[in-house]
Amino acid sequence: MSTLEIKDLHVSIETEQGTKEILKGVSLTIRTGETHAIMGPNGSGKSTLASTIAGHPRYNVTSGSITLDGEDVLEMSVDERARAGVFLAMQYPVEVPGVSMTNFLRTAKTAIDGEAPKLRTWTKDVKAAMEQLRIDADFAQRNVNEGFSGGEKKRVEILQLELFKPKFAILDETDSGLDVDALKVVSEGVNRAHAEGKMGTLLITHYTRILRYIKPDFVHVFVDGQVVEEGGPELADRLEEEGYDRYAKGAGAAAAPAVAQA
Amino acid sequence: MTEITTEKARIGAPSAQPFIDGFTEEGESLSPINAAGSKAPLAGAAAKSHSHGGGVGVPDSSRAGRLTSYSLADFKPLTGMEEDWRFTPLKRLRGLHSEVLSGTAPTVVVTGPEEITVESVGRDDRRIGTAGIPEDRVSANAWENFAGATVVTIPSEFEALTEVSVDIEGTSLDPAAQHLVIVAEKFSKAVVVLNHRGSAIVSENVEIIVEDGASLTVITLQEWNDDAVHASSQQAKIGRDAKLKHVMVSLGGDLVRVTPSARFTAPGGEAEMFGLYFADAGQHLEQRLFVDHAVANCKSNVLYKGALQGRNAHAVWVGDVLIRKEAEGTDTYEANRNLLLTDGARADSVPNLEIETGLIEGAGHASATGRMDDEHLFYLMARGIPEDVARRLVVRGFLNEIIQQIKVPSIEERLTEAVEHELALTDN
Ligand SMILES: Nc1ncnc2c1ncn2[C@@H]1O[C@H](COP(=O)(O)OP(=O)(O)OP(=O)(O)O)[C@@H](O)[C@H]1O
Ligand SMILES: [Mg+2]
Repeated sequence: MSTLEIKDLHVSIETEQGTKEILKGVSLTIRTGETHAIMGPNGSGKSTLASTIAGHPRYNVTSGSITLDGEDVLEMSVDERARAGVFLAMQYPVEVPGVSMTNFLRTAKTAIDGEAPKLRTWTKDVKAAMEQLRIDADFAQRNVNEGFSGGEKKRVEILQLELFKPKFAILDETDSGLDVDALKVVSEGVNRAHAEGKMGTLLITHYTRILRYIKPDFVHVFVDGQVVEEGGPELADRLEEEGYDRYAKGAGAAAAPAVAQA
Repeated sequence: MTEITTEKARIGAPSAQPFIDGFTEEGESLSPINAAGSKAPLAGAAAKSHSHGGGVGVPDSSRAGRLTSYSLADFKPLTGMEEDWRFTPLKRLRGLHSEVLSGTAPTVVVTGPEEITVESVGRDDRRIGTAGIPEDRVSANAWENFAGATVVTIPSEFEALTEVSVDIEGTSLDPAAQHLVIVAEKFSKAVVVLNHRGSAIVSENVEIIVEDGASLTVITLQEWNDDAVHASSQQAKIGRDAKLKHVMVSLGGDLVRVTPSARFTAPGGEAEMFGLYFADAGQHLEQRLFVDHAVANCKSNVLYKGALQGRNAHAVWVGDVLIRKEAEGTDTYEANRNLLLTDGARADSVPNLEIETGLIEGAGHASATGRMDDEHLFYLMARGIPEDVARRLVVRGFLNEIIQQIKVPSIEERLTEAVEHELALTDN
């Protein structure tokens, strides 16, 4: 049983216009076996939260903390965080020219496990996982994300999730850009990883669509760098009907007695 | 993002001084074949006099106006201000531009399928001078001084299944001249590998003749010792429906300057030119290429990639592509990418695309020099891969695009290892 704990996190970035605060005090606790959905309008800071947990250098934590089973995540380098069990499925996975998927997957697996995977079982595992996600076998020979369509990139992110078996998976809009079939395939992948019972999930999304396939235990509404409302799965249904309008800036902060974080 | 993109390309010939029909700078050395309409300075058996470019009415800044001559005396002593020498530290040429090149030339050993003929010939051999005329003083100096040449011929219609290796081993540091001729006869198919190794101070002329319908790959590897100085002019003449793939790899040597050129002599030709260089501290690796679209309906594609690390590592890439007036239907693209791995390294990258006709299929260029992309590193590290391993993966991946072009597994493996070795040096 592991716990990822985010406490009063403030994050800013440097822009041409100067320092800009994006996360304005976010607190969130995720435990193994739980699925948390973070929902919010464009630009509310969802990706910023995800990237900050993963350690992207662009984001400066000005105060607050992130711990994994009590260990200070903010002290860790990007690769250390991954090896500690944090996995970020990115909203826009990066193309890495000249590096083959096969080589990349094996190198990453070796780094995460601290030893090279047994070649025979590894090749079999990769093949099986690719089949389940309906990824063509020839993708193994292609360069990381190079020329993959948006949907293919997302599947390959979930492929890594299944192969690397992290303690905490952060899925940043994994649903966007997917058609219904792909959405099902990808959701099944996440559910398979979850079913092993050793993972906590932070599912970031703009739409409620994916929540039909991946059932959240908790829903957090994110507006302007803060959690403005929290609840169970029923909150997602309400968002489906009402949208984010009622959290409109200004009104949001005031009309948010439900800011349950304390 | 840390990419710094430089676009220094000049498109179109300088228009102030138009070419005048009948007054081409190469006029006096045109062989009967070439006089038929091509304005490219192509040599022929009868063409061993000289020709002048950059003269009255011909803009020196246009590639078409470059002086070409077999005679050293036609080239003025270098000052370093010349357009084609402005990036080269002349002092480090160790006399290649100024001394009589009388040293012992590197030994040449050719191995390959027995159908290939290999000859050692004298200066007066009829094949010498068929693919090009020296375009700079150092090349002309080699022409003036070479004692004998090696001629490698792939017989017509022969398709070589294994590569032809030309091992060029330097054993002396006295300035020397070298001459090689590679002839791919009609409809032949072969891969010829020039392995430059050892220690040498040498100016080399390589003539490459790709006859009609032939398909030739020339891979030139510069894996010299640290003290070597090497200037190599590699001029190719490409016949009708013929195909040249030229792959240049410079890793070792103090100063290595390779100037490959591809000249189309008949329609339907195709040239692919690839380059890979890895400059370490203090090394000067220069590559200047020229693609001369002198006739219609030919295709060219150029991609050079370099990595640089260490203080005063210097790489130069200049890509001259000239689409002459008669070269309608040309399709060309050239690109150069440099990856700066440390501070103190410098890459100069200058694509020059001159277009004298609007009736072309396509023409493009790109040049980018920058540091490693942080997003690449972040992606790999976010998968648990430590930074040093991630950096190596990215550089290897960057250069791999060129290595993959070689398609001779043993050489691909060797170069991959050589790149690994260079990368291991970064960590110190
Ligand atoms: N590099 C940057 N420069 C300037 N502003 C930035 C930068 N990165 C993020 N921002 C700003 O920070 C805010 C939060 O961005 P973020 O990407 O975290 O939002 P999001 O909730 O993930 O949005 P979306 O739903 O569109 O993915 C936005 O206002 C965005 O414009
Ligand atoms: Mg986002």
